[in-house]
Amino acid sequence: MFAVQMKGITKRFGPLVANDHVDFELEQGEVHALLGENGAGKTTLMRILYGLYHVDEGEILINGEAVHMTSPKDAIARGIGMVSQHFTLVQPFTVAENVVLGYNPGMTLNPMAIQKLVKDASEHFGLDVKPEALVRHLSVGECQRVEVLKALYRNASVLIMDEPTAVLVPQEVDVLFETLERLRKEGLSVIFISHKLNEVMTISDRITVLRDGKKIGTVNQQDTSEGELARMMVGRETFGVFRDEEAPCSSIPVLNIENLSAVDKKGMVALKDVCLQVCEGEVLGIAGVSGNGQSELGRVLTGMLKSTQGKIILGDQEISGYDPVQLVEAGIGRIPEDRQSGLVGELSVAENFALENLGDYVKNGMLDKKQIREKADQLIQEFQIKAQPTDHCRSLSGGNMQKVILARVLSRQPRLVVASQPTRGLDVGATEYVRKRLLEERARGAAVLLISEDLEEVIALSDRIAVMYEGRIVGTFSARDTTREQLGLMMAGAQ
Amino acid sequence: MFKLERVPAPVWFRTLIPVLAIVTTFVVTSILVLAADANPLQAYYYFLIGPLSNRVSALETLVKGTPLLLTGIAVTIAFAAGYWNIGAEGQLYAGAIAAAWVGPLLGDFPPVLAIIIMLSGGFLAGMLWALIPALLKVKLAVDEVVTTLLMNSVMIFIVSYLLNGPWRDPVSGWPQSPQISTNAMLPKLVQGSRLHFGFIVALVMIGVVWFILSRTPLGLRMRATGMRQEAARFMGVNTSRIMLNAALISGGIAGLAGVSEIGGIHFHLIDAISPGYGYSGIIIATLGGLHPIGVGLAALFIGLIDTGAQSVSRALGVPVYLGNVVQGTLLLVTLGMFLLQNYRIIRVK
Amino acid sequence: MEMFLIGLIAATLRVATPLIYGTLGELFSERAGVLNLGIEGTMFFGAFTGFAVAKITGNLWLGLLAAIISGVLAGLLMGFFSVRLGVNQHVSGLGITILLQAVSLFGFRLIFGEPSIPPSTEPFQRVALFGTIPILGQIFEQYLLTYIAILLVPIVSYVIYRTNFGLDIRAVGENPEAADAAGINVYRTRYFALMIAGGLMAVGGAFLSLAQLGAFTFGIIAGRGWVCIALIIFANWKPIRVLWGALLFGGIFALQLRLQTTGIDLPYEFFLALPYIATIIALAITGRNATGPAAVLKPYKRE
Repeated sequence: MFAVQMKGITKRFGPLVANDHVDFELEQGEVHALLGENGAGKTTLMRILYGLYHVDEGEILINGEAVHMTSPKDAIARGIGMVSQHFTLVQPFTVAENVVLGYNPGMTLNPMAIQKLVKDASEHFGLDVKPEALVRHLSVGECQRVEVLKALYRNASVLIMDEPTAVLVPQEVDVLFETLERLRKEGLSVIFISHKLNEVMTISDRITVLRDGKKIGTVNQQDTSEGELARMMVGRETFGVFRDEEAPCSSIPVLNIENLSAVDKKGMVALKDVCLQVCEGEVLGIAGVSGNGQSELGRVLTGMLKSTQGKIILGDQEISGYDPVQLVEAGIGRIPEDRQSGLVGELSVAENFALENLGDYVKNGMLDKKQIREKADQLIQEFQIKAQPTDHCRSLSGGNMQKVILARVLSRQPRLVVASQPTRGLDVGATEYVRKRLLEERARGAAVLLISEDLEEVIALSDRIAVMYEGRIVGTFSARDTTREQLGLMMAGAQ
Repeated sequence: MFKLERVPAPVWFRTLIPVLAIVTTFVVTSILVLAADANPLQAYYYFLIGPLSNRVSALETLVKGTPLLLTGIAVTIAFAAGYWNIGAEGQLYAGAIAAAWVGPLLGDFPPVLAIIIMLSGGFLAGMLWALIPALLKVKLAVDEVVTTLLMNSVMIFIVSYLLNGPWRDPVSGWPQSPQISTNAMLPKLVQGSRLHFGFIVALVMIGVVWFILSRTPLGLRMRATGMRQEAARFMGVNTSRIMLNAALISGGIAGLAGVSEIGGIHFHLIDAISPGYGYSGIIIATLGGLHPIGVGLAALFIGLIDTGAQSVSRALGVPVYLGNVVQGTLLLVTLGMFLLQNYRIIRVK
Repeated sequence: MEMFLIGLIAATLRVATPLIYGTLGELFSERAGVLNLGIEGTMFFGAFTGFAVAKITGNLWLGLLAAIISGVLAGLLMGFFSVRLGVNQHVSGLGITILLQAVSLFGFRLIFGEPSIPPSTEPFQRVALFGTIPILGQIFEQYLLTYIAILLVPIVSYVIYRTNFGLDIRAVGENPEAADAAGINVYRTRYFALMIAGGLMAVGGAFLSLAQLGAFTFGIIAGRGWVCIALIIFANWKPIRVLWGALLFGGIFALQLRLQTTGIDLPYEFFLALPYIATIIALAITGRNATGPAAVLKPYKRE
């Protein structure tokens, strides 16, 4: 009998099928890795198991008994604990308060008593935490231990860990693995979500690979290799768009990034000494699993995040620290990672076109509505956007919204195009269109920096590919000279 | 189990909301009418039709509507840019103080100039009173709701100090400031009624705000900032500066409301020139969906209700405060509806 | 001089009472993540309901009970808009204040009409804790509700910091996602907090009409609700500090009242405005977002 059995799990978010009839079994006392790229459906599957999402189809059995989860409370009651990527800890509380939150019997809360309880539990499970410490003062590794303790305190027999090592330094990773190994011997079953091959190979007994919402297969750790796992993770059919002729980096670099460092919203280091070059007429693709710094790279280059160190040079002009207006003036075309953050949904298509370059549409201090309208008509036609100039952007399909952004950006013939996740969430037709336009920019002589989680897309469109892993560039290749497997390995931290 | 699912509403539904809200409000508040032993339908007749049924009260509706138009549109431009100006009440009084201060000194100026000076002074005063919370918001990210609210309270004390101190009438001892000069008094628009030039000013300001929001680059930037601040920043809008400008313009217009009451109705500063016009402005801005035309209609509607409440009271013996109840209910109902318009209630197994 | 001080301290306690109730109420609300601008209206409604029921039934305690119930209902209303619907808390709070004030005025007019002599009732009597002992006896001759208010401070502190319910409230106000993941019902916790908040606020209002005045006037609250909004920031959302803050604000108010009669030529309005100005400065220094419960103003919706 399996500790956990998930059968035929299907979950949709609107048109997107996040889990497509996925089967998953967890044996008692094993460490089972759930491997896949972003968007594969790993987190969704586990959030279903933890009661945060409701399934559309499929069933869940725990210790052979069919269950219906409506909330995390149900999951906790059935012995399932989850440590997510984004810690669910209350910053101003003590460790003890966080551990007992929602799980303290009776009405009263005695700080001394709960601290003792937590201290006993931490010793029992071998997790080193200070019960009286305030969470906001803890290191990331300590926070994670608190989260694990939280789950174990609630008598979890199954522990789900979502990308646990994403935020840890190597020493803390070792400590985590020791802890998991010890707990496993005491009967804990662990589901370990990750995209990092070396860690998966180190810690797990069995590995299930997901891709595009489907389960590709389950293998024993002894019977497989990092190479085979990488193949399972990234293999995919191509779309019909790819570069047809080679274009090595000419001697005119357009964008030069030197030693760029930055921190993310939580104050953690996201970019470490990034160095990059993009030349005229080439596409440099940034490959990598989401969460390795690509977002922050995109945000720094689009003027939405300040770097902590380093220089950005466009042509012969230093543009570090430029705000969006200056960046546009300097000739950078920016396609934001999240369409919704690049468009004001409640405003019309025409207004969204005009806003970025409003100075061009002002006559006598007033908005030149005629000109705005004409420009909108022109762009709509040129970029085949299925919308009226007066439509609210919010009502457009994802593909058309992206076309609006493209139109706004490309109509100014920028020297450099920074495209973050340009085809994320788009249908096939829109995806092909966007890729086609990016290649046209390349043909025009612009430099294109393509940041994409879609490895196939990166391979198809780029002349050169740089792989980002844990905030650094770990390798730069000519697209011609590398294979999917090799890239997959680098993206997963293998050498 | 029910769940709310997000579905964008068709545009025509949006414009229907104020009507639906009004109907719902009247249905809900009819409980109170019944409690007062009166017929709800009759009451609403007096509310809505009554004031318009004779010339005097119809004009009085416009008189009541004048400060409401101004505070309503003042709050509107701030809200449109995402700046929650709750301080219109204090800014109104700031304008009133300016008018009461400058007004008596304008005896030697021709009326046109005197009125312009008084209006400008009021606008400036309102702007100044709005400055501190606005600066705190854009520079230090301090929540403007609390600060503007506190400024309202401080302003009440300033008014009280002035009226009980340096501006106390030396002859009668009453807390009222010296009367403004006749040259500064806003001319009457219709003989025999209280309708004064302030009404024209209000209509002009509605037009001005409409113009700014829909026809100028500043207005487009304001609306972008209010709708989606992050996207506006991405597109190069200096959202801090835009909010500051919106806050200041808002304060200035609210100040004009104060000038209007001093120059057109009271002619000197007294304790209670505003029974909460600044707060009503928030109701009006919300009711009008932040569109100048809607806001104008909403202001006149509230003015209608205020006047109507008097006639309901006289005719049916229902307490005049029914008008305030209607206003408060209307605000909440409208809020709820604006939110629910984007959702559909579906059953979840 | 001695008499002056004794009178001042006694008055301070009295003046601070509604502030303590109101601010403790707002404490519950904001600790749970909801900015409750309905406080002014809730206090007003409590004052009215308390007085009306007390006058009609002839029983002050029934009046107090009615006030509490009215406050709880007001809290539920706020909960409906800010928790269930998740609308903008600023506007919904103000709407509730406007509505409750209007309903109270309407109700008063309906029940009592417009008599030339305002209706009044025999108010609560003061209780002398220390009998005829000099100084202490004179200071502690307060209404029962005042003693209760002072007692409430450590009680509320206990509830907030030493009970699971209090932990839940604080969790929900700082990080509702974490609370949800820990199995806490965010909506229910917020509703309860708002109900308690409303009850406390209403008692603050009822104190004025049932104890201090023995009548209900239209200016009875006169912005005390907004003072509480300022006070909670001043007190850094901590119950014990609420007491000190209320005593400070109350003391300033009581002081300026006395200064008026002594003929000292300082504008008393300056003193009255002082707490507000001080709060604005405090806000500028700390920035509201830095110290308040982190999830205030953000409605919580689970996917």
